[in-house]
Amino acid sequence: MAPARYEDLRGLMAAMTGDEKHATAAASTLDVLWVLYDQVLHVTPEMADDRDRFYLSKGHGPQAYYAVLAAKGFLDPDEIERFGTFHSPLGHHPDRVLVPGVEISSGSLGHGLPLAVGTALGLRARDVASNIWVLLGDGELDEGSNFEAIAYAGRTGLDRLHVVVIDNHSASHGWPGGLETRFAVEGWSTERVVGVDHEKFAAACTAPHPGRPRLVVAEVDAVIPDLH
Amino acid sequence: MAGMMRERFATVATELLDENDRVAVLTADLTAKLFDGARERHPRRVLNLGIREQLLISVAGGMALAGMRPIAHSFAPFLIERPFEQIKLDLNHQAVSAVLVSAGASYDIASGGRTHQSPADVALLSTLADWTIHVPGHADEAEAMLRAAVAGDDRVYLRLSNQTNERPYGTGFHVLRTGDAGTVVAVGPLADAVLAATEGLPVTVVYASTVRPFDHDALRAAVGDGADPAVVLVEPYLAGTSVREVDEALRDRPHRVLGLGVAQDELRNYGTPRQHAIAHGLGSAGLRRSIVSFLAGGRQPTR
Repeated sequence: MAPARYEDLRGLMAAMTGDEKHATAAASTLDVLWVLYDQVLHVTPEMADDRDRFYLSKGHGPQAYYAVLAAKGFLDPDEIERFGTFHSPLGHHPDRVLVPGVEISSGSLGHGLPLAVGTALGLRARDVASNIWVLLGDGELDEGSNFEAIAYAGRTGLDRLHVVVIDNHSASHGWPGGLETRFAVEGWSTERVVGVDHEKFAAACTAPHPGRPRLVVAEVDAVIPDLH
Repeated sequence: MAGMMRERFATVATELLDENDRVAVLTADLTAKLFDGARERHPRRVLNLGIREQLLISVAGGMALAGMRPIAHSFAPFLIERPFEQIKLDLNHQAVSAVLVSAGASYDIASGGRTHQSPADVALLSTLADWTIHVPGHADEAEAMLRAAVAGDDRVYLRLSNQTNERPYGTGFHVLRTGDAGTVVAVGPLADAVLAATEGLPVTVVYASTVRPFDHDALRAAVGDGADPAVVLVEPYLAGTSVREVDEALRDRPHRVLGLGVAQDELRNYGTPRQHAIAHGLGSAGLRRSIVSFLAGGRQPTR
């Protein structure tokens, strides 16, 4: 099988969204997910014990996630056609029990990062040298459970833990000073990348951050809030 | 006697940490001191997260996803009620398991008031599938339950209490006394009060220290073949919590069931656990009145 290309994703997305311009929530995630799976994560469909873990915390608009998993061989592309139907494994929020390659079931906001802290601690206890990645949205940071995790991970120097926040300025009350200040004050290494330039984003994701967890903020254009 | 079960928990969990490198103990400040020695020996597997109970359950879920067998501990209201969505989603929905161990059952912390009491914990957790729920009445029972729970891979809630029976009656269901006028199921720490309350009454007394799964076969065997059986369920938490289990066990025959336990109404009093037990009708005199009245056909238990 030829290696998957970024261009392949559009067709997969269209099969789920019905048109190629819609579903901005999913599309804002597409470039980020592609770069992570294409250049950053050490993970294959064999799902080895020492693989890097990717936790999609903001489970909304998972079409981009499914498209990337299909393009990378985790998921049968034929499943894409049945998105959201009764017998499909692909729902509007992903279920790890149903979808090969999906590490956590998500949808209710504010669970992915705390779970990832636990996994980072568990793998550290077992001496497994995997990296853990979590994707959140800036609106999702409204959930207080994230701040229990941000503080604890920062103060304990959990350096295998990486968070990407897609910042489309959708949080109802905003984050004055930038959302990254909430991480930085707890001891995280942080960087903001404006626009989704694949090279710049990949560089931010692979920059060294010894002894500290890492936050990369991917700033994208504001969208009309998706209230579902 | 106060705190005996919790101290036994710390001693046994510390042993299990030494024996099995997949075991982790997670606390949220409460009881963390009892694990100081264990934390020194196993700094990566004995973690005190601070006063963060949502994180406590999520970290348990995340550790289980990484192949660990986590034990998470706090007081019952902060372990079960406060982070209930984390239990539902970060354990059940992720299809992973943990051992949750609470202290401060029902009115153990009577003088602490409502904020430190959660008599509905068993009822609430019973809304989720696949939880084994242990309500030990003695530290020896709690120890056996903890060892079995950590050796297994299922979801287990171990509900420790400062209220205990004089001696252990064993894990699971056990018939303590037989009689033909009805069956009284005494759960965990209320066994001695039930035995005193039913002294001289011709009733069967069954001890139950594991309530989920509820042993339907053991209950049917204890109830026997008589017509129109009457069952009184005495639980040290929200009254009626396991009535549906009794109904399920006896679904093929007409029966009567009375659920005694902690009242749903908030008791705005402080004082001692003993005073709270009496206020809820769970002292031996109150239990006797309710049991006698019900077996005689009374519709309402008297307080």
